[in-house]
Amino acid sequence: MFESLTASLSAAFTTLRGRGRLTESNMREGLESVRTALLEADVAYDVAESFLDRVATDAVGSKVLESLDPAQQLVGIVHRELVGLMGPVDHAIPFVPGRPTVLMLCGLQGSGKTTSCAKLARRIKEQGRGVLLVAADLQRPAAIEQLAILGRQLDLPVHVPEGVGADPVAVCAAGVARARREGHAVVILDTAGRLAIDEALMAELARIDRTVGPDQVYLVVDAMTGQDAVRSAKAFNEALELDAVIMTKLDGDARGGAALSVKSVTGVPIKFIGTGEQIEALEPFHPERMAGRVLGMGDVVSLVEEAQRKFDQEEMRRQEERLREGEFNLDDFKKMLQQTRRLGPLGKVLGMIPGMGGMQEMLAGTDIDQDMRRLFGIIDSMTPAERRQPARVIDQSRRRRIAAGAGVEPAEVSDLVKQFDGMAAMMKGMAGLGLEDRVRQMQRLQGELTNPAARVARPKGDTGKRLTADERRRQKKQREKDARRKKRGG
Amino acid sequence: MAIFGFGRGKDDAPGEKPAARPGILDRLKAGLAKTKQVLATDVRDLFKREGRLVDDAFLEELHGALVRTDMGPAAAAAIVGDVRDRQKSRVVDPEAVVDSIRRQLLARLETTAAPLASAAAGPTVILVTGVNGSGKTTSIAKLTRLFTRDGKKVVLGAGDTFRAAAVEQLAMWAERLGAEIVRGPAGSDPASVAHRAVARALEAGADVCIIDTAGRLQTQSNLMQELTKIRRVVTKLVPDAPHEVLLVIDATAGQNALSQAKGFREAAGCTGIVLAKLDGSARGGVIVPVTEQFGLPVKLVGLGEGADDLEPFSPERFVAALLDGALAAPA
Repeated sequence: MFESLTASLSAAFTTLRGRGRLTESNMREGLESVRTALLEADVAYDVAESFLDRVATDAVGSKVLESLDPAQQLVGIVHRELVGLMGPVDHAIPFVPGRPTVLMLCGLQGSGKTTSCAKLARRIKEQGRGVLLVAADLQRPAAIEQLAILGRQLDLPVHVPEGVGADPVAVCAAGVARARREGHAVVILDTAGRLAIDEALMAELARIDRTVGPDQVYLVVDAMTGQDAVRSAKAFNEALELDAVIMTKLDGDARGGAALSVKSVTGVPIKFIGTGEQIEALEPFHPERMAGRVLGMGDVVSLVEEAQRKFDQEEMRRQEERLREGEFNLDDFKKMLQQTRRLGPLGKVLGMIPGMGGMQEMLAGTDIDQDMRRLFGIIDSMTPAERRQPARVIDQSRRRRIAAGAGVEPAEVSDLVKQFDGMAAMMKGMAGLGLEDRVRQMQRLQGELTNPAARVARPKGDTGKRLTADERRRQKKQREKDARRKKRGG
Repeated sequence: MAIFGFGRGKDDAPGEKPAARPGILDRLKAGLAKTKQVLATDVRDLFKREGRLVDDAFLEELHGALVRTDMGPAAAAAIVGDVRDRQKSRVVDPEAVVDSIRRQLLARLETTAAPLASAAAGPTVILVTGVNGSGKTTSIAKLTRLFTRDGKKVVLGAGDTFRAAAVEQLAMWAERLGAEIVRGPAGSDPASVAHRAVARALEAGADVCIIDTAGRLQTQSNLMQELTKIRRVVTKLVPDAPHEVLLVIDATAGQNALSQAKGFREAAGCTGIVLAKLDGSARGGVIVPVTEQFGLPVKLVGLGEGADDLEPFSPERFVAALLDGALAAPA
């Protein structure tokens, strides 16, 4: 995880702080932490080694760093190199005009080929092209049925083999012929899963390749794959000449080091990533984000994009305005929570924010949705006045009433009020800040949240400027003068 | 092996963007070609010469060989550390070092040799869980085969009501293997299917009831809670059930298997592991840290797509395969 990588890097560089120069000897320990991070992310051993070699040569020499924080500097270099290695990516699928474009998907058993076929088909269909799916997995029971169901869901035709004992090569050829006959723009072949060391099945794949001549061959790789990723990717690439990789199951907590391994060994870029079981959960691959993930650095770019897409822009603007005017009450708080919820499971959202990795783990045991419902229940049991200024208005008797209304303990109401009080001040401070400052603010918030002993405290106000002793005396005098005048009833 | 090859690449123009520098891929490929030799080596080949000096280079090679089994950097480092402490700077007898590693791995896996639990009376209920595509349904087919071969009556619960055609897949197996199957409509509550399957097993006087579940990632807390619910429902019918909750782990999985074991153990109370797809080039070394950290025994290993390709886990054979074939390069 990023936290631990940063921690160990910082430890490795403590003696260096202030001087900030990277040399062969003082980088050794830092690179060792990076190496462990890469191996824990399942980057193939040899890929990690050659990668660190490159980073080392890059970081020393004329690129002597004058940064105050060599740990960050090194992570930056590592990150940049990772991005360079995994990119560039072209997300376009090259279509051939005048005849069906044939795409073939292959991979190990259980990597997610059939699901990826459907996702890919949906994506292409959305671009306005006709797709024919071909069920050529005659190995796994009901694989044909699965593709047929997915085809029905997508309202797309599926070519299924006739009779039992059909030959996958013949099925693929027949599917392509049918697409030509019926005028489908794209054909997607779903092949059976196979082990890279299964020579007979690899030969069969090569036979399909020769007979049908697919325009694009995509390898489907499970993001959770370990060291074996290099071996199988290499074997598939040798048998088929892959054009791209689809990496699946990235919606979990796999660090996905296999992405780096596969790209390094085969040179084949990753085009798409699977991020869920839903048929629309296929996204373009972004090396920068993947690099962060492999290092455990979170994925702030993805978050921002996703947020922009799903957030109600208008609502955001209104809230922003209110915040700038110093208004932030429990109603706003509730709206905000509801919006955050729309992004998807809160755990997933949190995991994308740098520094929130630990938060995700912390929340793993709790049902966030249920907690949110309780919060909403409490807020809904309040009067408008209570929602506006909870800390000021809610006394013991009101607290008892609210708790009874929401079906919770009075202590929970107090908790909410206290937490909200600290948060409101922080939210008001956040309005008008740039994205970067906000992220920093969020990280601070997290730091406080993860400290079980502490409550989110109201941030200390800023006096704006430092006063001299003389000015302070003058101000005090003025205040006393004002107070006296008030007393006299002026 | 020079990990920090500072001497190398001096000819590269410094200051240029790495992406713009020519030949990165070629250099990488050259580097990989070199290490290919190591890849193709057996652990014991490191000792082929009469005695070998245990130096840093040697320990590094050993570390690499162990990491490549997927046992993870920590376990590999611990083993290498042990060899270093005891044999650094000595010229060692090859067999002794191999023995020491084998013994260490065995010690780590020792706790794990355990047969499948069975009910004292009534049907033995087995719940099968795992992430998507790990091989749950196929493993269930193999388990069924294991029982029917002994003349036992098996009822299957098609609890994967989510994935398209998952129920059909299990039904096809049930038909082939002569087991009864209890199914619900697509999208129905898996807990109700589980409940009906167990009820049916009780009613039919079956020996075993195996319940399939939809694949889920351990980070999906709502789906993980569904497992808890399935468990609860089963316990209501048969108080000491489920007798086994198996987690199917794909042998090609890397360090994420640790997170899987953690998540599934917490939510579903896993009692054992089925290591699937061990017939490929992956060695499944990740079960070394998994068993060590979570005390979950490996009960069975899957070795192919056929119904008979399931074997009881043998630590001895597993460790032998780990050290023997771990470094075999793909064809």
